[in-house]
Amino acid sequence: MTKNMMICGVGGQGSLLASRILGQAALSQGWDTKVSEVHGMSQRGGSVVTYVRYSTNGRVASPVICKGEADVLISFEQLETARWLPFLKKNGKIITSTQKIYPMPVIAGNAEYPQNIIEEIEKLDVNISECDAIDVARKLGNEKVANVVLIGLYAKYSDLDKQIFTDAVKACVPEKFLQLNLTAFEAGYNY
Amino acid sequence: MQIEKNQKLLLGNAAIARGLYEAGCVFVSSYPGTPSTEITEEAAKYDEIYAEWATNEKVAYEAALGAAIAGGRAFTGMKHVGLNVAADPLFTSSYTGVNAGLVVAVADDPAMHSSQNEQDSRHYAVAAKLPMLEPSDSTECLEFIKLAYNISEKFDTPVMLRLTTRISHSQGLVTLANRQELPLKEYIKNDSKYVMKPANATKRHPVVEQRQSDIEEYANTSTLNRIEFNDKKIGIISAGDSYVYAKEAFGTSVSYLKLGMVNPLPLKLIKKFTDQVDKIYVIEELDSIIESFCKANGVNVEGKNMLPVIGEYSQQLLNKNLLSKENDYNELKINIPVRPPVMCAGCPHRGTFYVLKKLGLTVIGDIGCYTLGSTIDTTVCMGASVSMLHGFNKVRPESADKRVGVIGDSTFMHSGITGLVDIIYNNSYSTLLILDNSITGMTGHQQNPCTGLTLKNLPAKAVSLETLCKACGVENIQTVDPNEVDTFEKILKSELTKDAPSVIILKRPCALLKTVKKDSYARVDADKCKSCRACMKIGCPRISFETKKAVIDESLCIGCGLCTRMCKFDAIEIISRASN
Repeated sequence: MTKNMMICGVGGQGSLLASRILGQAALSQGWDTKVSEVHGMSQRGGSVVTYVRYSTNGRVASPVICKGEADVLISFEQLETARWLPFLKKNGKIITSTQKIYPMPVIAGNAEYPQNIIEEIEKLDVNISECDAIDVARKLGNEKVANVVLIGLYAKYSDLDKQIFTDAVKACVPEKFLQLNLTAFEAGYNY
Repeated sequence: MQIEKNQKLLLGNAAIARGLYEAGCVFVSSYPGTPSTEITEEAAKYDEIYAEWATNEKVAYEAALGAAIAGGRAFTGMKHVGLNVAADPLFTSSYTGVNAGLVVAVADDPAMHSSQNEQDSRHYAVAAKLPMLEPSDSTECLEFIKLAYNISEKFDTPVMLRLTTRISHSQGLVTLANRQELPLKEYIKNDSKYVMKPANATKRHPVVEQRQSDIEEYANTSTLNRIEFNDKKIGIISAGDSYVYAKEAFGTSVSYLKLGMVNPLPLKLIKKFTDQVDKIYVIEELDSIIESFCKANGVNVEGKNMLPVIGEYSQQLLNKNLLSKENDYNELKINIPVRPPVMCAGCPHRGTFYVLKKLGLTVIGDIGCYTLGSTIDTTVCMGASVSMLHGFNKVRPESADKRVGVIGDSTFMHSGITGLVDIIYNNSYSTLLILDNSITGMTGHQQNPCTGLTLKNLPAKAVSLETLCKACGVENIQTVDPNEVDTFEKILKSELTKDAPSVIILKRPCALLKTVKKDSYARVDADKCKSCRACMKIGCPRISFETKKAVIDESLCIGCGLCTRMCKFDAIEIISRASN
């Protein structure tokens, strides 16, 4: 069985680390895994999406996820949740931060940031869990770990054991920042 | 599946670097370019490999060719447009051949995630008559590098490795092996092979033609190309990422000819495959190369009549175009504003572009983060700002005082210098701005000849832009901090009116550099804010208007202070994070 996970957000929010942690978690179970990343220009404050795919019984062919294919969408920002929603399967799971980052057209007054995104998504055929990840991370002393807070929240709903994720965090985060990231993971898991 | 200790998830680019290590490569020279950059960054982590950033792709290619002819296995990696720069030595090195193996990786960017065009580099392999391999995942990235060196040395030819963004920037499982330590091959002077004057080159061309047919014969039986027979009603010929999309979409319901070598193409093997399947589709992203080859050789295939020559492929695209199959999905019936990439908070280019916009100048742009500047008139290729500015000013001299070129420090080193010499030599009045942010920014912070550090972080002589421009013959050279917008504006106005070439160096480091302090932020005093929106003119992503007053997102502000210079009412102050 192939499982498709997407991580979306705004360039600079830490989606690369989050996708690497999820990839490492799958790999540690002996499952063929592919993780597709974004580098370069689109990273500069643009809309960023990464894909993590693993197969529990075979090989993963394509590195990308298309419309209606994702089992899970982990989003760091509300507008991005709305943007990438079509990639989620019907009945799929969304983990989203309630953070809002205004894109330039909104800042410049040429477009409006949509209201009630999460409420509107709740009316659809999906299962959504939200979390003010930035606030949680801020209370831990560093907003940068909001990404790992969301991974923690995802772990709560995942079929995989918690230990698999914490081991993956240990494998992906440099020693210097490990304790902070593990605390962030716990905070998300217990949210 | 059991994951062994020597198995690891590696980015395609990192798997290539690992392949270089294992294949005994000793020399790597490249210029950064998305999506190829990480190959060279990862290769630099191996002590056994000498690795460097060259000034441009042509220099990198020639350095690697020199290293290979000298007897060491060598490599150069670049993005597709970089290959245009390196095309000159590429074509003639096909004639000289190599000594130790030479591999050149070229990373195409279908869908242009981070590029100015969508060219298909396979054309180069066909035109330069060089073998080209194309991996489909990280496993093949590693394995194909090793095979590429074998082919390079067996057939005495540079070998090209074609990548695409999805292969370069996807992680997949690879199996690691030990490095093959190789002694340098002996260098023997051989002018008839290495001195490509007409008398020698005319003798080398037939060698190239013979080599092409020898390699085609090899390709007919090589493990690089393989047939996977399943149901024989439909057969698919594919390579690279297109192959994995096809596998994802059709699984084992069709048969495949999976090509690992995309030039020369194995006609006998293609016929062997197509003879045994009923209907054949060629699935190849971007241009029709395999399909055109099949049709030219009387093999009846379909492909581009149903599939685009534009953009990236995916399993979804194949399902839709070939099977008329689409997934169900949810979507919100709302207008979702786009989120284009923007200059970061604290970006040193912001002050520069504020002034250029204020003065209403025509801005001849270049390749780098400053391409995101809202006032740019043109962006074509590396270095084009300098030479296009020259052309503009020669044709419209009366408005030369309303026009500037902008180019970054690394891009100026890459191919701006020759343009500047052209400006001096041909008596132009042009005003060039060199945006020196002390790093190669857009590709993710690579050192360059101006930074004083090498790829391996060793100290190096830093090129002085002032001295260099002076040596080119520029008499009017000014250096200013772009955040000092008033000073910059004054200097710029003065230089634009001069009847001689000018260079203004705008010096301020990239805000993302670790050496740039981020220990303060800007805060708006709502009582003092008169809602004039002057601070909005700089287009900072951290400033917005929420309740008719300016609001600054303190968490992501780095306190560069540019907005404080916009406010006439002193409503914005810089606050130290330490004092909180």
